[in-house]
Amino acid sequence: MLNPLLILIRRDLRLAVRQGMDSMMALVFFVLAVVLFPFGVGPEANVLARIAAGVIWVAALLASMLALERLFQADYEDGSLELLVLAPVPMEVVVAAKIAAHWLTTGLPLMAAAPLLAVLLGMEAGGFAGLLAALALGTPSLSLIGAVGAALILGSRRGGVLLSLLILPLYIPVLIFGVAAVDAAAGGYALQPHLLVLTGLLLAALALAPWAAAAALRQAVE
Amino acid sequence: MKSYKKGPHPRARGPDIRGAGNIMHRFANPNRFMRLSQRAVPWFAALTVVLLAAGLYLALVASPADYQQGETVRIMYVHVPSAWMAMFCYSGMAAAAAVGMIWKHPLADLAAKSTAPIGACFTFLALLTGSLWGKPMWGAWWVWDARLTSVLVLFFLYLGYIALNNAFDDPARGAKASSILVLVGFVNVPIIKFSVDWWNTLHQPASIARVEGPAIHASMLWPLLVMAAGFTTYYLWVLLVRMRGEIVAGKIRALRLRQVHGL
Repeated sequence: MLNPLLILIRRDLRLAVRQGMDSMMALVFFVLAVVLFPFGVGPEANVLARIAAGVIWVAALLASMLALERLFQADYEDGSLELLVLAPVPMEVVVAAKIAAHWLTTGLPLMAAAPLLAVLLGMEAGGFAGLLAALALGTPSLSLIGAVGAALILGSRRGGVLLSLLILPLYIPVLIFGVAAVDAAAGGYALQPHLLVLTGLLLAALALAPWAAAAALRQAVE
Repeated sequence: MKSYKKGPHPRARGPDIRGAGNIMHRFANPNRFMRLSQRAVPWFAALTVVLLAAGLYLALVASPADYQQGETVRIMYVHVPSAWMAMFCYSGMAAAAAVGMIWKHPLADLAAKSTAPIGACFTFLALLTGSLWGKPMWGAWWVWDARLTSVLVLFFLYLGYIALNNAFDDPARGAKASSILVLVGFVNVPIIKFSVDWWNTLHQPASIARVEGPAIHASMLWPLLVMAAGFTTYYLWVLLVRMRGEIVAGKIRALRLRQVHGL
């Protein structure tokens, strides 16, 4: 059970590396979207510091969603998804592997870039630990929840726009607690309660999302 | 463990004439539903008219104005039942989707599909009337309050369901995909509700308390209950009409497919 999981993750990572820039697109989008805000709201340092947590989280959420559309689409189009469905591995394991690869190629780079952007926006020094911890717990939830949407839109007309309508409402809890964690850390309040809720969301998503996404994939290829 | 699929490869099956042999089987139950619903529709229509007429009279004429809110309290008689129906419709949709997925009941998918636009309208009505009430009472059309935000998210969940249901060329696939979505969304509904509660207590602790208003008096409770009953019968009435429409549309689709394939 574990071996196919690792093989699939390695396959997706190798694909991402060989396609080069493609997987970095989400990261570039993330940086660009955050950089737009000082132009939009003006360069006053205290305003930017106040909204830094929210801006970084919303941009991370959109960037993560941008990469989701291709999560199953490429496999669906070239037929390898049908082979994966027929393979003697539970569909849930396949989905878990794809989600893990998605997080490694988008969530992890976003986490790496976030502190730099936080510096650009002038976030309070205390907020950095909160930002990293919240992103570490929150971005896997985004990948998990998003995988359900990515599986549901296979074969539909206008997949990308539809995907945002399906999963953005479901992202709201992660966003609320992610931003609350950063704000709490920056303001010197207790960080732990928010991280515990984020962990709870992650565990719930981990328990439910692979099954829902696998059900969606099965009905997509049947 | 996933077993190999029986039968030929899906792509090798030739033209998909879903229904040619299945039509009888597929619509065996709906036929009975059509007979029963034809008899039920006028009753629900009459009940709706009577209840809404009585409810509106009680709400707009017979009940007193509020000592604090004045005449604007009458917005509540439309607002509260719509908000109730918004939640009720989503729960009904989730139940119908579960029945459709587990037992493959053809009417359950239709019921979920037909409920979605009605529920979305109730949700929109709740948001709209709430906004109209909020302007004179709170001084703002919109406040990022826990309740308002969670209902707005509910509205988007409805829109997502409707969009996904219509996004496929094959209506059966749309029904299956959106059933999964509505169940996923249902898990999220309590999470949204509580998370937004916590979010607000963190940012603005005290200002929401006056949303509750005074404990409701019988002279206002009765009109509210009559209106709620009227909204419920209206929902059942429109649901039956919409389901009948969907069944007829399905039959037309099946007939067209047979024509195309020359059967």
